[in-house]
This record gives sequence, structure tokens and C-alpha cells, in this order.
Amino acid sequence: MSIVTVILSRAFKAFVTLLAIAVLNFCLLHAAPGDPAVVLAGEAGAADEQMIEQLRERFGLDQPFHVQLGKYVGSVLTLDLGYSFRQGAPVAQLIAERLPATLLLTLTAFVISLVLGIAFGVAASARVGKASDSLLTTLALLFYATPLYWAALMAVLIFSVWLGWLPGFGYETVGAGYTGLARAFDIAKHLVLPALTLGLFFMAVYMRMTRASMLEVSQLDFVKTAKAKGLSGPAIRRRHILRNAILPVVTLAGLQAGQLVGGAVLTETVFAWPGIGRLMFESLAARDYNTILGVFLVSAAMVILFNIVTDIVYRLVDPRIGAKA
Amino acid sequence: MNTLRATTFLIAATLAAPLAAQQSGGRLDIVVQPEPPGLMMGLVQNGPTQLVAGDIYESLLRYNSDLEPQPSLAESWEISDDGLTYTFHLHDGVKWHDGEPFTADDVVFSADVFLRETHARLRASLAYVESITAPDDTTVVFQLKEPFGPFINAFETGTMPIVPKHIYEGTDYATNEMNATPIGTGPFKFDEWVKGSYIHLVKNEDYYLDGKPYLDEVYYRVIPDAAARAVAFETGEVDVLPGGSVENWDVPRLTEMEGVCSTGAGWEFFAPLSWMWMNNREGPTSDVRFRQAVMYAMDRDFVKDVVWNGFGKVATGPVASSTNYYSDAVTQYDHNPDKAKELLAEMGYGGEAVRILPLPYGETWQRWAEAVRQNLSEVGINAEIDSTDVAGWNEKTSQWDYDLAFTYLYQYGDPALGVSRNYVASQISKGSPWNNVEGYENPELDAKWTAAAGMVSAEDRAAAYAEIQKEIVDDVPVAWLQELEFPTIYRCNVKDLVTTAIGINDGPRDAWVEE
Repeated sequence: MSIVTVILSRAFKAFVTLLAIAVLNFCLLHAAPGDPAVVLAGEAGAADEQMIEQLRERFGLDQPFHVQLGKYVGSVLTLDLGYSFRQGAPVAQLIAERLPATLLLTLTAFVISLVLGIAFGVAASARVGKASDSLLTTLALLFYATPLYWAALMAVLIFSVWLGWLPGFGYETVGAGYTGLARAFDIAKHLVLPALTLGLFFMAVYMRMTRASMLEVSQLDFVKTAKAKGLSGPAIRRRHILRNAILPVVTLAGLQAGQLVGGAVLTETVFAWPGIGRLMFESLAARDYNTILGVFLVSAAMVILFNIVTDIVYRLVDPRIGAKA
Repeated sequence: MNTLRATTFLIAATLAAPLAAQQSGGRLDIVVQPEPPGLMMGLVQNGPTQLVAGDIYESLLRYNSDLEPQPSLAESWEISDDGLTYTFHLHDGVKWHDGEPFTADDVVFSADVFLRETHARLRASLAYVESITAPDDTTVVFQLKEPFGPFINAFETGTMPIVPKHIYEGTDYATNEMNATPIGTGPFKFDEWVKGSYIHLVKNEDYYLDGKPYLDEVYYRVIPDAAARAVAFETGEVDVLPGGSVENWDVPRLTEMEGVCSTGAGWEFFAPLSWMWMNNREGPTSDVRFRQAVMYAMDRDFVKDVVWNGFGKVATGPVASSTNYYSDAVTQYDHNPDKAKELLAEMGYGGEAVRILPLPYGETWQRWAEAVRQNLSEVGINAEIDSTDVAGWNEKTSQWDYDLAFTYLYQYGDPALGVSRNYVASQISKGSPWNNVEGYENPELDAKWTAAAGMVSAEDRAAAYAEIQKEIVDDVPVAWLQELEFPTIYRCNVKDLVTTAIGINDGPRDAWVEE
């Protein structure tokens, strides 16, 4: 199968999967207790029947369930994510407002964890059994086991409250009026702590995975052949071992990439990062159905998209996969 | 006529002005938690919305900490002796933020057309109103059908925000595009809202009070995590933590910092009173002896001192002590487990399980529920905690699916506005979490509540409400817990921040920063 047919067939399956996810999301959400009209009325501290009726009518909740579901599926098929009555704005706009901040955070964390994880993994495998290997492995274990929430709070306490090196929360300095490079630098400073916190866990995973995989591959016969040819150690590690050892890391990276949109709720909350995870969490608490469904759908689409990308990357890294299929 | 009273306030306000040397300029960073769903106050009246939009919109009056009316958009006002005619004289030369002139027509439109459709709480008061008219551009007359004692308290910003007629007349209010860029008459104008980060308001240069506001700009900062909010204050990122924005146990640490002040004032109008609804319809809670036993079983002083770090006051009954017509001549329920056990034995309580529904507003409320459960177990009540999230809590209380449920409600300065709605039978209606959720029915008291609301003289009303409080406290329809106090924490160089009965909600108008 050529890459084009693979992509086409995967895209069709993805479409069906996405539609099924949309329907399932809708049913699950409506099965949860809680009524957005009552939540909204409740926040006002007062409500009468007229108010609740008005709100339910505006939300379309006065209609039978199958009509609501039909309307929702119809709008998903036309790529219309609907309107958030709670926030008084189209859902697509709400998501678009939040998406850049989230992507900046998750992509940075993704790159940091992937690059550092693989680098440390390779370094540790080259020094297996030595003190530096033990140090790296122990650190990785520590990062792997530390709850994200706690690590985030500790990072703020140490680097922001005690040392005062880095801002502890927010996306940029509010009201400073920076533009251009100064603004980019300001955002970068705000990005350090949340991106590191978010990246730590996966960095540890990649490191352990790379190390183990490198060690395994380095025992294989073709490595002995390479050594016998008289290639240098670093060249063997880079061109022969790493390339063969990287496949499991690609699989995991695909998993992490799938969480680029929806996987940073905790980090965004602790660091007051104005991203999409918080939008999802707050909308869930308020039962803002359209917004939650919109975020869920975008997240699901991202997961599916990155599964396809992972498949393609497999083929690029290891041409044998395409040949066999 | 009440002209004399209004004039006295005007004089007092003028005299007070030169005493302090206010400085112009500066910016204030205030935490807003959670992020408001919208800023159009005619449509949304929850706490965070009012905190921010209270600087953008105004009403006819403000109230001082003794709940006495003060001028706002209205310079002076008169109430006729029969209590039926309220005449307001508006400030001259007031402009909307878009430059259009503000007139009496805007007030008539807001109260009679816009808010009648959108504002459930005001709608209840407007039921007493025969007509709202504007004889000229600066005069508004509210003509009542029958006397309604608390009517003078209905002119607070959150109760009757004045909205621009030229923007909203004839449109669909909920989807009007201008809701995103609210236009009011207030001391600050809307500038920018970066969702998830901050809301920026700037000084209204054309504000009708000379020299005010003093501040150049106000930032409302959205910080979702309570610990991060405390850090933001510690590191100087924000200047003001409004009541309830950090967990109680962080309060002493923050207020002990140098240059940090705090005040419990600024909640007199709202007077948040907490209680547990007890389901009067079924189960052991339908027996008055069980309900009294719950009152005796609870160690409410302990909760105040430990869970609330000493903030607040143990409640004596349905009316908070800062609300008008409060009376403490009622039965006192002190912590008395023996008495509770006696009452339970007398009714023959057989150990049926009762579910406690905590309010899902953070750790403090969870701990409170645990303290109450412990107290109830000590007298032999088989209580369990049934936790849920905010939407679930709304659903369970408004569908009456609970035995004991924590809540707290605002009183809006008068028993007829914020208290009677929880106890009269006409307010029993499924679907709302803010009415007579416990299902208490007492026709004799219902008649007394109605009569007290319609009395004109303050003395008559005081006597009537004292009688009601005495009787209802013996019936214990709900388990009154505590008058909540949410201290406002701020840097001491921020002056005159809390000057009215709704505190920081309309504070930035008068606030200034000392260099």
C-alpha cells in the first residue's frame, strides 16, 4: 500500500470514529446530572420559573432528546460547533482564542521532553552501570513518580516565591504593553515553569524507554557487524542503534501528541495559563454543553490526527513497515 | 418626605471630601474568581460579574454600611408619606461611555422593560409597581400599587443596573453584540477582556463627579487556582484579594505580611447567611424535634473558630445581624448534645440514615460538612456525606433530593427581599435552588411575612419581624449556621477601597493609591 492509500483509508475510518465519538459525547454529557439553565440561574442567586423556562428555551433544552441529538450531529457534519449561551460567543471563536496558548505550552513541553528524554536516554545507555547512568535513571524515576500538581506548586514556590527568578503564573505581564521581541521574551519567561512541569513526566518516560531500547538493540548482530567494520562508537549509536531503538519512542510520542489540545488541564489551572484545558474544565462545571462538546470534538480530532501521523512516521523511520503491509 | 435625609447625606459627602488628600493616578490589580460568564449586568448578576461590571454600570443609589441610601445616579429623592410614590432627581449631564446623554428615559426603559424581562430578583419587587414614568429628563417616578417597605433597597447596582436604552431597545437582549463591550455610566469603561487572563477597565474621563475616579485603570485578574491566587498576592502581582478568593487557612499568613490590611466590611448589604436546608417533607428531618436536635448537636462556635479561622458570627435565626429588622430575642441553640439526645429519644429516632450535601465551593465547605457529620454522629444520628459538583448540587437541591444540604444566601438588606423567600409557602417550586427548598409550610407566618412587607413605618416593621423571628426559630425549618464573613485583603496603600455596604463591588469609584 502506498502512503496515499493509507492516508485515505485512515481518513475515512477517522471520520466514522469522530462521528461516533461526537454522538457518544453528547449522550454521556446529557446523562450527567445537572442542568445548565439551573446552574446559570443558580449563580444569579435568585430564580423564578419564568427565568428557568427562558433559559431552557434559549439553550434548546425544552426539545426532546432525539431532536437535540439530531441537531447536534447535523451541525457537527457542517463543521458548526454551535454557540455558547453562557459566554455569549460562538464556540469556534472561544476555542480559537484559547488554542494558541495551549499549543504553545504543549508543543514546547513536547519538544523539551522529546529532545531531552532521547538525549538523556542515549547518554545513560552509553554509560550503563556508571554513576552518571545511575544519577540520570534515578532522576527520571523521580520525575516519573512525582504528581504533576505537586511538582507545579513546588516549582512556583522555589523559582517564583523564594528565588524570584521566574513569573509563577500567567501568559504574559499584564498591562506592560510589550510588543515584538520584548513581548516574545516576556511570554517565554512565563512559559518556562509550566512547560518544564508539563514536560517532566514524558521526558522521564522517553528517557527510560530510549535507554532500555538502546541497550536491547546494541546486543544485536548487526551492531557487532558495524563494530567489526571499524565504525566509531558515536556513529554506531547514532546511525545504527538509535534508528532501530526509536520506534517505541515514536509510539509514545504519538500518544503524547494526541494530548496536545486537552491534556494540560492541571498545568493550565495551577499556572493560570489561559488555555483550552481550563475552558473545558470550567465549561464542564457549568454544564455549558456546546462548549464542552466543541472542545471534546477538537481533542478527539487531534488524537486521531496524531495516530495517523504516528503511522506515517513509523514508515519513514522504518521502511520495512510499509513494505510488509 | 425624606428630602431632609437625602440632603443631609449630600452635605456630609461634600464635607468629607476635602479631609483626605486623594491622589490621582495609578492602577489596581484585583483578583476575580471565577471568571465571569459575561459583563452585561442586566443579563448576568452573579458575584464575579458584579465585581467587575459594578464599575461599569450604576444604579440610582448606593448604600452605606448602615444600609442608608446614598446618592449615585440619583442626586436626591423623596418618598411620599403613604409610601406609594418614589421620586428620584437624577444627576445632570451624565453621559454613557459611548458619549450619548443619559436621561430619565434610560431608567424607565431599564426598570420597566429590560430588567422586567431579564432579572428574576427585581421582577419580584416590580410586582408592587404600578407605573414608572419620566416627567422630565432628570426625574423618575415609581408609583406603587401598595406600600412595599423594602422598596428603597431595590436601587443597588446588582438589583437595578441602569442599561442604555439607545443600545438595547427593540433588540434581542441576550444576543446583542454590544454585550461583549458593555456601555454604562460608571466611573470605569470597558477596554479589553482577554479570556482566561484578565479584564481591563480604564478611567472614565467624563465621569460626572469632579475628580473621580482617581485610578487610571483597573485590571481584574483571572487566576483559577486558590494557592496561585495567594502566591500572586504574596509576590505583589495583585493588590486586592476580594472576600473568598483564597482559602481560609491562607488568610492569617497573608494578613500578617508587612503593609497588608484586611477588612470584613463591605458585605452588609449582601449579609451572606449560611444554613443547612432540612427536608421538611420526608424522613426524620420532617420532625421538628429532629431538626431542633440537629441545632443542639452542632458545635457552631468550633466551626467558626477552626474551619473559618474566627471569621464570621454564629447565626441566631433567619435574619443576619447586619440586615434591617434583625432581632436576637429568640430561642438560643447552644451546643448541647444531651438535649439533642433527649429530643431524639423523645421522637423515637431509629437510626435512619440522613445524607449531608456539602456546598461544592472548596475545601472550607468540605471540612464544614465533616465537622457537622462528626457532631451529628456524637448524638447518635446516622449521617453520611453525599458529595457532588456545582451543577449536581443545583440539581439535587432544586429537585429536593437531599436530607441536609449546605447553602448560603444573600439578604439584600431587608427580610422582605432576601429572607422571606426561603420560608413562605408561595415560594415552594421545584427547579430553583434559591426558594423555599426545605418545603416549610406555615400559613400563619406566611400572612405575617406579607403584612410586614407592606407596612410603611419602620417601627411597625421592626415589631412585626421580631415576632416572626421569635416564632420561626422555634420551628427550625432550616439549621441556621453562620453569618459568613469574607475578609477583603489588600495593600495598605490602597485607600477608601471599601466604603459602601457592597464593598469592593463599587469600591474603585472612590479608591486611590498613596504613593
